[in-house]
Amino acid sequence: MSPKRSTAAADIGEAAARKTAVALARRVGFYAVTCLISVFFALPLLWLVTAPFDASPAYAIEFPEPTLRNFETILSNPYALPSLLNSLILAVGTALFVVTGAALAAYALSRVRIPGRDALLYVLLLLSSVVTGTAAMVPLFLMVSEVGGAIHPVLGVDSHFSVTLVMTGGLLPAAIFMLKDFVDSIPPSYEESARVFGASPFRVLKDVVVPLITPGLATIAVWSIVNVWGNFLVPFILLRDADKQPAAVLIRTLYTEAGQPNLALLATFSLLYSLPVVAMYLFVSKKYGFRFHGGIKS
Amino acid sequence: MPVPSRRDDAPATAVTGHADPGEAAFSAGAPRAVDSVGLGRARALLFVAPALLLIGVFLLFPALWTLYIGATNFERTGPNHVNPQVTWFDNYVDVLTDPSFYNSLWLTLLFVLFSAVIGQNGLGFWLAWSTRRLHRRVRRVVESLVLLAWILPSSVVAFLWIAMLDQRGGTLDALLGNPGTAWLVEYPMVAIIVFNTWRGTAFSMMLYSAALSSVPPSQLETARLAGATGGQTLRDVVFPHIRGHVLTNTLLITLWTFNDFGPFLITGGGPGDDTEIAAVYLYNTAIRDGDLGYSGAISLLILVANVVLALAYLRMLRRRDSS
Repeated sequence: MSPKRSTAAADIGEAAARKTAVALARRVGFYAVTCLISVFFALPLLWLVTAPFDASPAYAIEFPEPTLRNFETILSNPYALPSLLNSLILAVGTALFVVTGAALAAYALSRVRIPGRDALLYVLLLLSSVVTGTAAMVPLFLMVSEVGGAIHPVLGVDSHFSVTLVMTGGLLPAAIFMLKDFVDSIPPSYEESARVFGASPFRVLKDVVVPLITPGLATIAVWSIVNVWGNFLVPFILLRDADKQPAAVLIRTLYTEAGQPNLALLATFSLLYSLPVVAMYLFVSKKYGFRFHGGIKS
Repeated sequence: MPVPSRRDDAPATAVTGHADPGEAAFSAGAPRAVDSVGLGRARALLFVAPALLLIGVFLLFPALWTLYIGATNFERTGPNHVNPQVTWFDNYVDVLTDPSFYNSLWLTLLFVLFSAVIGQNGLGFWLAWSTRRLHRRVRRVVESLVLLAWILPSSVVAFLWIAMLDQRGGTLDALLGNPGTAWLVEYPMVAIIVFNTWRGTAFSMMLYSAALSSVPPSQLETARLAGATGGQTLRDVVFPHIRGHVLTNTLLITLWTFNDFGPFLITGGGPGDDTEIAAVYLYNTAIRDGDLGYSGAISLLILVANVVLALAYLRMLRRRDSS
């Protein structure tokens, strides 16, 4: 081996070593950053897990003095359980309306060429992202309090029904989109063959179409429930009666109106209120994989 | 508000070279309307009617009413409530000369730029891109944490952040050795920007994860064999494929963040008007002050801003397609 070549080889070896070192450093850096980001996301959540089981929780996360007394206290609070029930009523009611309305509309829009269909879809697309809760807040409040209340108390403020309708209106455009997409992906051949065998339109809808689009309907239902469950603004504005307020509003009340917030109560209630959503997430991610077809929540 | 999943695939079809994004959004992949059930137009319209009615009453009508209220001196109580006068453009003149409107606008722009366009977009992409290298289980844990921040009810996460940032021994304070910093008073904007980044990154992460799976692995492999660095691969191989997704994602999170009411639950717009972003400003004028005509005018200005943003995005998509 000539001396020249050996230095070249040494150079290459050195360069390779440097390269490995750099790669190693990058790798370590990458894991460090990943850890930091995970901590950033986990840190606020940790409190929700520790504080409810702590006899005397503070703001800071600390290892709890284990107790279940907080759960006893919250269960005896006259507003806690009813507010969860209110949340449930609003969520399920809205989901029913949204699923029914979206299913009918999405199916018809997907299968029948109605004049102006594309324009309609365009407007809906804009509406669903542009007209949002806050911008339409004032007229919505007025409409419910002045017009709805004048027609019938059920349509006025302090009514679960009017809150349900308002939220249904807000969720429907997006729901129709998601569902129309879903129906589009189902080949019409199933319906065709059922028709060939002489089934009536109604029977085809009931026995062929509904079973086919059930996964899509389930997605929409879960998506609506999660949305309504967490919605604060609409019930906050439209429900003044403490007996009718859902959990989202009650938490705020627990925090602001007691003077010094009772942390144990708040934390425990927050956990109870969050559990259904977490359970739903686990269910959906296990059953369908929490991926981007039928995204959930806003 | 809602997350229509279809936004996700509209640009995907655009990326593969379809001409018009509108057309791509509405006809790509969809079979031509085949009315095999024999529904017929009349019954189809009947099917669409309930949904349209609800949307009309609870979305379209309020939007139109905003237009009207904004042109009156309507108030929640008092003589102007009973007998509102049409004042035409007075409210708009007042709003446009009101410094608190510009304060709110400026704060909203800061909020959107740093928490959505930079924060959620950047962090979401970083997570989607780099967690691919992690072990499947580890990746699931990281993703679940990010998703939890997104799916928990807003009242709960708001309180979690109050606990985190509290002056009297919040977690952050405790971690830093109790300097007693009142984060929400001294750095309120930074606080809600960090909060919103934390809250919303999951959406971008999921959208970019889906987008990245549309990049052909063979091209990534080629880039790797050619010795491209990570940055070069991103710029020359990955980005051209996901440009549409980047635009869509940026638009959606921009609109949502623009109208986001979440920070109200943490700072209530304060201290003073230091975090009075658009949605909070609107809430304060309408519900707290009861000045409905004035807030109607603000609503309309916000709507216009949103439509302008949406149109700008559609234009960008279209221009990219024709080039």
